[in-house]
Amino acid sequence: MPRRARSFATAFTAICLPVLCLPALGTVAAPAWAADAPTYTLTLKDHRFTPGQLSVPAGERFRITLDNQDGSVSEFESYDMKFEKIVVGGGKVTVWAGPLHPGTYKFFDDYHPDKATGTIVATAPAAKE
Amino acid sequence: MLGSLLIVFREVLEAGLIVGIVLAATEGIRGRAAYVAGGIAAGVAGAGLIAAFAGTISNALSGNGQEVFNATILCVAVVMLGWHTVWMASHGREMAREMKQMGRAVAAGEKTLFAMATVIAVAVWREGAEVVLFLYGIAASSGVSAAGLLVGGALGVLGGGAMSWLLYRGLVAIPIRHLFAVTNTLVSLLAAGMAGQAAAILARANLIPAWGYALWDTSGVLPEDSLVGRSLKALVGYSDQPMGVQVAAYVGVLVALYVARRLVTHEPARAAVART
Repeated sequence: MPRRARSFATAFTAICLPVLCLPALGTVAAPAWAADAPTYTLTLKDHRFTPGQLSVPAGERFRITLDNQDGSVSEFESYDMKFEKIVVGGGKVTVWAGPLHPGTYKFFDDYHPDKATGTIVATAPAAKE
Repeated sequence: MLGSLLIVFREVLEAGLIVGIVLAATEGIRGRAAYVAGGIAAGVAGAGLIAAFAGTISNALSGNGQEVFNATILCVAVVMLGWHTVWMASHGREMAREMKQMGRAVAAGEKTLFAMATVIAVAVWREGAEVVLFLYGIAASSGVSAAGLLVGGALGVLGGGAMSWLLYRGLVAIPIRHLFAVTNTLVSLLAAGMAGQAAAILARANLIPAWGYALWDTSGVLPEDSLVGRSLKALVGYSDQPMGVQVAAYVGVLVALYVARRLVTHEPARAAVART
């Protein structure tokens, strides 16, 4: 019985370690890759995004801050750019996106998907290389 | 109404698939109904709390509260699922034998129920928070269509629940001899998928390095936001554009679980033979 208990404990530790270490790995090292990412600001009012379209450079990380000026809760979401974040009425959230290939990407408010939609257009930097 | 039906349906389905696997994995363990019900109840209560404090949680941790919170509860579920598969590896053989001898009334296995109830609570909690916020928004607004949307929501709950029930019935139709092998595999993939999602959430919020943002792109073949894609994401952690760190976490957990199972099955197998 003790032997079994010991091997069980060993096994359990073996599972937990990688899981617990993974997030720690990143938080210890300062997020150098996060430096100087441009931030774009969107406003949500009457369940509509303003501006309805944003232009971003392709191949770079960037941030979008959404200012929800409606009184109701929304979920700022994009399948194309893979973010989803709840924003309470009168609140602000910031999501990360990119790096994107050149193209058009949709985002929407998951709670009002008929009205509240917008797009991001990623274009390759003109004079590079 | 159709819109609200779909939103609620897919969230319930995602949580329900996990509950279905847990139900199959704990098949035959006495007293599991209370634990499963308790897990669901705790999850719903937690979802209500989250909805009530969404703003506070969001603002904590310099705006990354939602990401850190989601990743943390996913990690809790991964640990609990891991604990369960390892526990089953050392006790599953006896349980299967007892089950064959005396039907399905098995006394052993209560220890793992708490872990699995936690997994259920986490799954319901996570998906439920979105549903609660959504339905609360509808209920709060005095629009004419509110009733229709609520009916849609109710139908969504029923539909998602029915799909999960079908998965569970399908799983328990497997002969008891093979059931544990199948559920062990499913639980391992579930744990790996959750670990991958947790890593992806943190990397997307720039809290950990991504190690590549899209190792491959299968969004043209099977988009992640399709119903099949979503179900596979909930069940085995499918992603159409996985990050490097996501794949690393996925493989890492699978390997860790495999090694852990090997460690516990060797000695206890012999011990069990010696005892009989």
